[in-house]
Amino acid sequence: MDRILIPDGVKRCSFPIFSLWILVLLGVIGWGVAAGAAVLIKAMNLTGLNDWFGFGAYITADLAIIALGAGAFFSGFLYYGLSKFFPALKELGKIINLAVVVGFVCYTGALAVLLLEIGQPLRGWFGYWHANVHSMLTEVIFCITCYAIVLVIEYVPLILENRKVSESKPLSLLGHSMHDVMAIFALTGTFLSFFHQGSLGGVAGVCFARPYAFREGLFIWPWTFFLFILSAISSGPAFTALICKAMETVTRKKLVDRTVYELIGKIEGGLLSFYIILKIADTANWAFNMSPRFGLKLTDYYWGPYGIWLLVAEVGICGVLPALILISPKGRKSSFLLFGAFLLDIIGVSLNRFVMTIPAIAQPVMPFDQWKIYIPSIYEVAPVLAMLAYCMLIISLSYRYMPLFPRETELNR
Amino acid sequence: MSEKGHAQSNIRLGMVIDLDKCTGCGACSTACQAENNISYRPDESQKLRSITWMNIYQLDNKKAYPDFKIAFLPRPCMHCDADHHSPCTFVCPVNATTRDENNGLVTHIYPRCIGCRYCMVACPYHARSFNWWDPTWPKQMESMLSPEVSPRMRGVVEKCTFCHHRYNKARAKASVDGTDPNKAIYTPACADACPTKAITFGNLLDEKSEVAKLSKDPRAFRILEKLKTKPKVYYLSKQDWIRNLADNSLT
Repeated sequence: MDRILIPDGVKRCSFPIFSLWILVLLGVIGWGVAAGAAVLIKAMNLTGLNDWFGFGAYITADLAIIALGAGAFFSGFLYYGLSKFFPALKELGKIINLAVVVGFVCYTGALAVLLLEIGQPLRGWFGYWHANVHSMLTEVIFCITCYAIVLVIEYVPLILENRKVSESKPLSLLGHSMHDVMAIFALTGTFLSFFHQGSLGGVAGVCFARPYAFREGLFIWPWTFFLFILSAISSGPAFTALICKAMETVTRKKLVDRTVYELIGKIEGGLLSFYIILKIADTANWAFNMSPRFGLKLTDYYWGPYGIWLLVAEVGICGVLPALILISPKGRKSSFLLFGAFLLDIIGVSLNRFVMTIPAIAQPVMPFDQWKIYIPSIYEVAPVLAMLAYCMLIISLSYRYMPLFPRETELNR
Repeated sequence: MSEKGHAQSNIRLGMVIDLDKCTGCGACSTACQAENNISYRPDESQKLRSITWMNIYQLDNKKAYPDFKIAFLPRPCMHCDADHHSPCTFVCPVNATTRDENNGLVTHIYPRCIGCRYCMVACPYHARSFNWWDPTWPKQMESMLSPEVSPRMRGVVEKCTFCHHRYNKARAKASVDGTDPNKAIYTPACADACPTKAITFGNLLDEKSEVAKLSKDPRAFRILEKLKTKPKVYYLSKQDWIRNLADNSLT
């Protein structure tokens, strides 16, 4: 039924099966949109947030999804920016289209959820009009907007490559012209996204009256600014690779060469090792140098469900362990270890965003206050799940109707 | 310019609360509620969503009877005087909350607030509340609302202002009377209502003022001094166990 839209030489599942999958996704999206609309109309009292937990599931999901979407800008940077100097990186061209789609859905999805996060969504534009240059959130607002625009520009040529769309000469010409200048956008996006990731880290790190989150740093930027960038680039491409592997499993096709995964594993291994060393140094400085100055010790930051297991899981199991696997050639050769390490890596970065958002504010700062526990309501869970379903929807549509993987035809002959 | 990078001013409005005098009667909190048109709902059992500008904490020394002791600690906004910025002001993305360097008051512009709650997250004193619902009062109370304080709409943050509408009034009166508005003095509703006169308010930089003298009292302390937030609310107590509860300590 939709055969004329499917790229030449590739096989896709039948239209009814695809429609059924899309319907499931649309169902989840509809549920999330309804929950989101209820929050907008009836107010944020529907959420599990309160005066203790100003930030909750929306922010955690946004931070995590934006970090994982970093595969787009960083892969773009490696492919468009560095592959001229390091030809081995040209291999990333085989997965770059998927990276762009993943980045696009992650950022646009995060933007949609962000709208629910503010109590006065109609005043969202005040962020541009009354911008406070001292606020990290201002940096976030400007960077996320600009980068989302860049991602749209990067995504458009992919749409224009569709078999049917490219029959139109002007559109085909536009697509090719945009491809020619894509390196400029990729590098612009890299700059914006580096700043964006950093400012998200800064949001927590600059809170100097919140010892759990506060970090000293360089000039106006706390160390979390740099650690967020590093953790994003050391997990984003792994996320793209894991999505690609999941697509291969579901479609039972080979979409990229094995060498692409191993190259990403090698890059991520190096970056993750570098990040985790700095993260351990940062944690040690925070626990044994900064905290005593505030009259606190490491154990004061962990309690009940927000126990020390968070630190062990984030830094040890989901940090050191995948780093060791990924820097080892043997580890990268084993599919189980390679993709297991990718999975741990993305769990680790998500855990980091959770820790810097929820436990960081669950901790009482005044000695006579008590720890509190945050439980998100269904009105927070549904939009977050809808965001994930939206990501899957766009990726599914892109895979079906656009030539995402240049080597797909060859690999499946 | 001061070393904080802001224009020097000789007014720093602040408060001293004598915890040894406080009985925990709640008059300050009630007066604040009425003065500032703080809305409330029929069911206020969710304390973490209750709007209270002057929250009263009950402290105890964690000892068994007969050594058991309690004290009450009223907690308004601390109007932090930290260098450069208060913890809450510099994080606001839309400049809705700022510190007036002419008098040190940390203010909040409700019609500009987008309700991101970043200021609430940044405040270690939990002095800020979010309007989770549309503001409501019992019908018969609506005619008793103060015309001098705007009610806050749903979806914005609010907090203690040190009754700055009273300050504006005092300054306006001084101008009309031909005296220096910068020397205008006023009393916030909480201090007015305190039956034991535990709350003293005034200009901390005016050495002749009662508040300045009390802030230098050997019994004076501030909460969370180690964080360098520099609150403009001082507490007085001669009881060590209360003073020890003011800040985190490794011992």
